[in-house]
Amino acid sequence: MGIKVYLNSISLVAPGLYGWKQSLSVLSGKAPYIKTELPKLVPAILPANERRRTTPVIKLALHAAEVCIGENLELAQEYATVFASSDGDLGIMDKICRALNMPEHPVSPTNFHNSVHNAPAGYWAIAGKAQYSSNSLSGADETFAVGMIEAATYAAIENKKVLFVSYDYPAPASIDSVRHFDSPFAVAMCLSAEKQNNSLAELEIEMAQSNEYSLCDSAELEQLRLDNPAARSLPLLQMLAKNQTGSVIIPHLQSTCLSISINVG
Amino acid sequence: MPINPLKISSYTLTNALGSGNQASLSALQTEQTGLKPNDFDGCDLKTYIGRVTGVEDMVFPESLSDFDCRNNRLALLSLQQDDFTEKVIAARKKYSADRIGVFLGTSTSGILQTEWAFSQIDENDSLPKEFHYLQTHNVFSLADFVQHYFNLNGVAHVVSTACSSSAKVFASAYRHIQAGFCDAAIVGGVDSLCLTTLYGFNSLQLVSEQKCTPWGKDRLGINIGEGAGFAILEKSNDQPDEIQLKGYGESSDAYHMSTPHPEGRGAAQAMQAALDSAGVKRADVDYINLHGTATQSNDSAEDCAVTKIFGSEIFASSTKGWTGHTLGAAGITEVIFGCMAIENSFIPVNLNTSIIDPDTQANIVMKQTNKPVKNFISNSFGFGGSNCSLLIGRKD
Repeated sequence: MGIKVYLNSISLVAPGLYGWKQSLSVLSGKAPYIKTELPKLVPAILPANERRRTTPVIKLALHAAEVCIGENLELAQEYATVFASSDGDLGIMDKICRALNMPEHPVSPTNFHNSVHNAPAGYWAIAGKAQYSSNSLSGADETFAVGMIEAATYAAIENKKVLFVSYDYPAPASIDSVRHFDSPFAVAMCLSAEKQNNSLAELEIEMAQSNEYSLCDSAELEQLRLDNPAARSLPLLQMLAKNQTGSVIIPHLQSTCLSISINVG
Repeated sequence: MPINPLKISSYTLTNALGSGNQASLSALQTEQTGLKPNDFDGCDLKTYIGRVTGVEDMVFPESLSDFDCRNNRLALLSLQQDDFTEKVIAARKKYSADRIGVFLGTSTSGILQTEWAFSQIDENDSLPKEFHYLQTHNVFSLADFVQHYFNLNGVAHVVSTACSSSAKVFASAYRHIQAGFCDAAIVGGVDSLCLTTLYGFNSLQLVSEQKCTPWGKDRLGINIGEGAGFAILEKSNDQPDEIQLKGYGESSDAYHMSTPHPEGRGAAQAMQAALDSAGVKRADVDYINLHGTATQSNDSAEDCAVTKIFGSEIFASSTKGWTGHTLGAAGITEVIFGCMAIENSFIPVNLNTSIIDPDTQANIVMKQTNKPVKNFISNSFGFGGSNCSLLIGRKD
């Protein structure tokens, strides 16, 4: 027994996978994966003064979110949100912990309010005038699976449209030795309980009976999958890019797995 | 349509009032605060804090030593009270290890450990080898520790939405149970004292030098506390004395990162949604446990929101005067205080406040009141404009 939701749009932001449509040929195996640097991300939804106050991590999450909503950002108001990140903003943690180890402990108030795990969710709600529920959570390396369950469960049980964003961003040099990601990675999905005109696929989500999970088709993408918790989504994204009906198995907590069945019919 | 109520079958609470439920209940009934002048190691701020005694001296199990940090110690100390560990083991037997979800809240997790690691940073910018970041500071570490401690391998996550975290876990747990991902859930939250929140809230000029006075005329801000609380949620088996999660409301202020909407728009929306999802009439709610942080902005915004939804008769109080603001643990702490109010037929006073803000419209309880409580609302609001109201009560 699982829950069923409709997937209505996807956005993808990672080095060499910048934009969902732009990434289809790589994800479906028609073109090789070439890791190119991401451009500087400037979320259009943020007013200029807020852009200055936000960090690269917040910009990554918001950029993925707004591309998923599409050109009419007023639609942001219609969505509840789930922001899933294993580690949040490690750059801010570095700045705060350094400040705390200095005389007078000069923690910046902006850094402090940006340090909350729900900072991207807060900026998103303000910029998008989105007043529905918002959750911000973590499941460490399995954050994508955990966030997917929460987002799909929210859509199905509350019968509301959900914007789900999974993202993680490399740590600064200090923390990198204890928590390393090579690359930033963000994926966003609009989900709903009911079929929409633009629905791409129906997803059925349930705990898997097996603990063997799906890998990526190429060694390069597989390396990316292992690098960043949000990139654990790649086998799902590959199957969606191929527009195939079938299922993928994603690693879940404590050596269990999540099964996501895709019906593109 | 109302939700299917869930039974809160057991709970445990640890904070500055002491370890275990009885310590909190006695302090509530005798009006003894847990706030003391700040003596937290490495912090010279003039303020009061709600500190749990004995955390430093705890013996952490060898097999879980990578998880050892103040936040997980506080979790462990709490799990060891009120036979809670035994109750989870019994639930595991009843439901199996993969069918019990774990949904916990925290705002800063074990950041104190990272603060310490940075004090040891070497000339190459490397942190010490003994620092287990993933098991102590990573946001999920709290639920990871609890899953390991109980040998559970079902669904889990850690909600980190600042001060609404351990209220929102009740809604997450409800949805996961309703969707069939688990049959029961451990919900709760833990937040522990650290320099980040002490100096961080101080940088925003929100820390009071005095004991916090929620709704007070000259309120000066918050006192930071630490705490841990856990509860087991199961499907109702329609016993007449059950205490149930009857409804929840979640909303976003969409206004400001660290200041609530001045008229409490999101707070009102959350309370209304809690009533709607419970199918309970306003008149049937007996008490509101306020978020009541004692900042100027929170209390005036929440006052507007409460009176907009409930009018100015309903009994309302903040219990931050006992524990301080336990941030990510505030939701579970105040839910359990409310359960104690139901079980012992009293409404906690709005402790520490002697002169109330003359602009107050809500009925702030200034004298401990013995009165049956059937249903209460617990409010939790956080940075980023994250709001959650829970409606809890005796089975109808």
